[in-house]
Amino acid sequence: MTDFDVVVIGGGPAGMAAALAADAEGARTLIVERDNRLGGILNQCIHAGFGLHYFGEELTGPEYAGRFVERVEKSRAQVALESMVLSLTDDRKVTYLSPEKGLVRINAGAVVLAMGCRERTAGAIALAGTRPAGVYTAGAAQRLCNIEGYLVGKRVVILGSGDIGLIMARRMTLEGAKVARVIELMPYSSGLKRNIVQCLDDFGIPINYAHTVTRIEGSPRMTGLYYAPVDERRRPVMSEEKYEPCDCLLLSVGLIPENDLLAGTEVERDGVTSGAVVDERRMTSVEGIFSCGNVLHVHDLVDNVSREAETAGRHAALYALGESETALHCYDARGERGVRYVLPQKLHADSGKVELFFRVDNVYRSCRIVAESGGRTLYSGRRLVLAPGEMEKIVVDTTGLDAPVTVRLEL
Amino acid sequence: MKTICINCPLGCPIEVTESGGKILVRGNTCKRGHDYGVTEYLRPVRTVTTLVTREDGAVVSVKTSAPVPKDSIFELQRHIKTLRVPLAVKRGDTVERNALGLGADIVVTGVPPVAR
Ligand SMILES: Cc1cc2nc3c(=O)[nH]c(=O)nc-3n(C[C@H](O)[C@H](O)[C@H](O)COP(=O)(O)OP(=O)(O)OC[C@H]3O[C@@H](n4cnc5c(N)ncnc54)[C@H](O)[C@@H]3O)c2cc1C
Ligand code: SF4
Repeated sequence: MTDFDVVVIGGGPAGMAAALAADAEGARTLIVERDNRLGGILNQCIHAGFGLHYFGEELTGPEYAGRFVERVEKSRAQVALESMVLSLTDDRKVTYLSPEKGLVRINAGAVVLAMGCRERTAGAIALAGTRPAGVYTAGAAQRLCNIEGYLVGKRVVILGSGDIGLIMARRMTLEGAKVARVIELMPYSSGLKRNIVQCLDDFGIPINYAHTVTRIEGSPRMTGLYYAPVDERRRPVMSEEKYEPCDCLLLSVGLIPENDLLAGTEVERDGVTSGAVVDERRMTSVEGIFSCGNVLHVHDLVDNVSREAETAGRHAALYALGESETALHCYDARGERGVRYVLPQKLHADSGKVELFFRVDNVYRSCRIVAESGGRTLYSGRRLVLAPGEMEKIVVDTTGLDAPVTVRLEL
Repeated sequence: MKTICINCPLGCPIEVTESGGKILVRGNTCKRGHDYGVTEYLRPVRTVTTLVTREDGAVVSVKTSAPVPKDSIFELQRHIKTLRVPLAVKRGDTVERNALGLGADIVVTGVPPVAR
């Protein structure tokens, strides 16, 4: 006996879209969300830039979330708020802690993982120096600023040029802080170009590429930091170290899918994405457990999150209702030369046209993307520019697929 | 003036100059880049997103209903900081019409739940 056909863990854009798709298939659906409202990270992303693809207009994060919340409220899907999922098993027993009901154990016909991701911290990147107050991840600063209404510093340095850091550079400038500089380890930005232009250039905030923070100073509150250029092997050149006074350092050094719940399962993980290995339905290596959104791989556009989650939610419903059909034969999809990972990592033969998402490992200009399977070319197309910060997509036809698929770049 | 076109991932570095009343855009690969260059040169505009305070002290996110001139952003931000919204405010509500006469309204984009 199952309590719900589909249990969705996480009520961000991924969880909401997955639940709506499952509900549309007639599945009894529950969303379990630990926050006091749906919307996930979008609630704190008050800037515009969401929904151009999905809704055909540019919305702010809360507006994009709001549209989905309205749909969820109108659907039959149930929502448990302030409820944190504590464990998940291979046979789809979900345990969560709820303020009204205490510890709740439910059996799910299918589970959709939609827990999003968390930020890398100072510990995760091994930053030297003391541990004074004033060091935040950019997302934590964003939450404090946009949800709680606190400004975390007056003179700010941002390490890493990920989108959250760039967005926070503008946000804190608007709120009256001085953003002294952005320091990026790589020779290019991992953020979207529009964010470099509209968040840094617009306000005259300098960015030092191929630099890193070497030390933090001050106690109990930070008073400044040292930074230096790095050599080809990304080691700081200490002789060129410089000082920057500041009372706040924001870290925007990458996101990690929040997959701790998988510890109790046999779900196979991808070493590059840190998310699960999935097939085109977004089903993991454990039958009936699906994954989508940032917990599967880090997305830069929420529009892609919603689409991917719809795929996962629909197939989770079909699986739970016993209507899921796929060919027996399943093949790996892999990235080669220049392609860091391909998602989905598994493809069933004869599952129609499938979108393959991937990221490249460097900035490439004027190159060709080639997808091959057993000597057959599935896709070949030119791109003027490819960058690690922007997720790419190609479409391949899986009809008659009989060998693994590789995706690579030809310069 | 030098800038980067943001209309697609290519990010062409573009340069805009004026001579004899004509505006010249160089470095763009396509027409969208040309148009972007001209607007950026003549009258760069941005949508402003920020926060206003609700009666209970919580912050409510807002945006300008249309892009406003880039050089008015700070003045507008200072003005928006002085606004207060009632507890019943909803997404989509207009907080103020034609703020500072810039031709854009201040519209609510998201509200946190009211504490129980
Ligand atoms: C600062 C920032 C700026 C961005 N800017 C843009 C932009 O301009 N345009 C754009 O298109 N995209 C942007 N994105 C990307 C987009 O917002 C994300 O890709 C998207 O929100 C991811 O959705 P998600 O549902 O996978 O994750 P999230 O939104 O993180 O949602 C995950 C949810 O799961 C819940 N959860 C986690 N673990 C548990 C548990 N154990 N039990 C219960 N609940 C749990 C969390 O509370 C959260 O609500 C931005 C992202 C960030 C962080
Ligand atoms: S000019 Fe055209 S090709 Fe170049 S960045 Fe702008 S839109 Fe893209």
